[in-house]
Amino acid sequence: MLNALDNLMLEKVADMHDIPKGAYNIRKNGEGIQKNTTENIDIITKKDRPGIDVIIKPNTKKESVYIPVIVTEQGITDVVYNTFEIGENADVEIIAGCGIHNSGDNKSQHDGIHEFFINKGAHIKYIEKHYGQGEGTGKKVLNPKTIIHAKENTTVELELIQIMGIDNTVRDTEIQLYDGAKLIITERLLTNIEQKAKSNITVELLGENSSAQIISRSVAQGKSEQTYYFDLIGKNKCRGHIQCDAIIMDDAVITSTPKISAHHSDAQLVHEAAIGKLESVQLIKLMSIGLTEKEAEDTILKGFLK
Amino acid sequence: MLELKDISLSVENKANILNKVNLKLLDKKIYVITGPNGSGKSSLARIIMGISTPTAGNIIFNGQDITQLDITQRAHLGIGYAFQSPPRFKGIKVRELLNLSMSSGSGEDKICDLLYSVGLCSQEYLDRDMDASLSGGEIKRIEIASILARNLKLAVFDEPEAGIDLWSFNRLAETFKEMHEKTNATIVLISHQEKILELADEIILVANGGIERNIPKEDILRKGFIDDKCKCRANCGKAGDKNAECIG
Repeated sequence: MLNALDNLMLEKVADMHDIPKGAYNIRKNGEGIQKNTTENIDIITKKDRPGIDVIIKPNTKKESVYIPVIVTEQGITDVVYNTFEIGENADVEIIAGCGIHNSGDNKSQHDGIHEFFINKGAHIKYIEKHYGQGEGTGKKVLNPKTIIHAKENTTVELELIQIMGIDNTVRDTEIQLYDGAKLIITERLLTNIEQKAKSNITVELLGENSSAQIISRSVAQGKSEQTYYFDLIGKNKCRGHIQCDAIIMDDAVITSTPKISAHHSDAQLVHEAAIGKLESVQLIKLMSIGLTEKEAEDTILKGFLK
Repeated sequence: MLELKDISLSVENKANILNKVNLKLLDKKIYVITGPNGSGKSSLARIIMGISTPTAGNIIFNGQDITQLDITQRAHLGIGYAFQSPPRFKGIKVRELLNLSMSSGSGEDKICDLLYSVGLCSQEYLDRDMDASLSGGEIKRIEIASILARNLKLAVFDEPEAGIDLWSFNRLAETFKEMHEKTNATIVLISHQEKILELADEIILVANGGIERNIPKEDILRKGFIDDKCKCRANCGKAGDKNAECIG
């Protein structure tokens, strides 16, 4: 059912070298094509609209769910609505990710709308990798929307990574944190040629002792454009930190707007944003241990986006 | 092994940073370059590594004119340079930087030895990022380790003691001694520190963009060349002025 191209795309976006042992749902060109559930993790296909419900039982420990999406045909616009219900005190990893291979001249697009209900004490790590390839002129477009309701004492780790090859992306992330909830977002983005990427992250720190850390690192090359809008809203005794770091190269354009708003006297919010080119002293250091200028540049960028 | 012939360096709107410098370094010797701030010591080191290009003169390395070679080419010839203020890298681990520095085939044991030789515990540091989470002293020690990692013919250290605490400093001097004993590298240390000066086979005093004098080892410890306190006062125009900062 999966051909060599499919396998390559799955490896790129979900590090899948084989069909996973646990729970998974593979979606290809707008249809679910393979699925597996486990005793603790159920995956139910939605009846009213495209998408799945992933239900994870309370106290499920150290299990993973793979839900990759691949688009290998041109001219497709796939919209999917996935809902995740994470049981109390569960500790799971969710590997999403979308890969588009478009060798034609028509646009291929995937819009994934994911909503998470994370119940008390649960810990999730959500990894979303985006990747595009293909020779054609058809655009490869990915617009993920992620909505998270993190209840008391939950820990939410998000890794949002756009590796390469996506022409246009608008990422919307909206998160609500209740008492003691802890959020860590790591965003990595690389754009080149004339690609455009927009990332909007809004985090509401609603609960006492909730905390959020957003670490965004990006590299813009060629004539690409990146726009960031990060908004931390502290409505209780809470801590929040945005760190937005970008390397600009060639004729790229980067706009970064970190915003923090406090509605409580014990809200501690910090934002840092920096855009700059590759530091020449870094290049010189690596060249002085024997790397060529190109190898030095690749090493620095690879590390930066790791 | 290295010869600088009439090396000059000038930049726009500034007097010559280096003015017709001639210098010969021999195999397996330790040289310490010292002199006041702004005298051209670091410029000299950067010219040797190829980071700065001289406006005139030639650099001969083991019989080859390397004046036009770039940094990478010089690195491949066995020249290394430890930065006075080493850069930090986001997302690159100490282990990765040392791996990049090492000759191929060296194993994990070698990395541990390297960190140990600069006074760092490998277990604690190998997986640390080379970013702002490391202190200035830690970054500096890792920089020195990255030079020790390489199989060099000529190693230049630009103020290796800067940023290193006193406690670790004695260990650092030992490290250079060991490097001298165990390798065939010619070692150039830019320094003002007595302990480092004592390691020298020859001290090169740089002032006003030129080499003011070379002081051979046998004369280093002889009274008159080096003041007991600052080690160079006798060679300095400000000698005798107790308030003068003779060496930066």
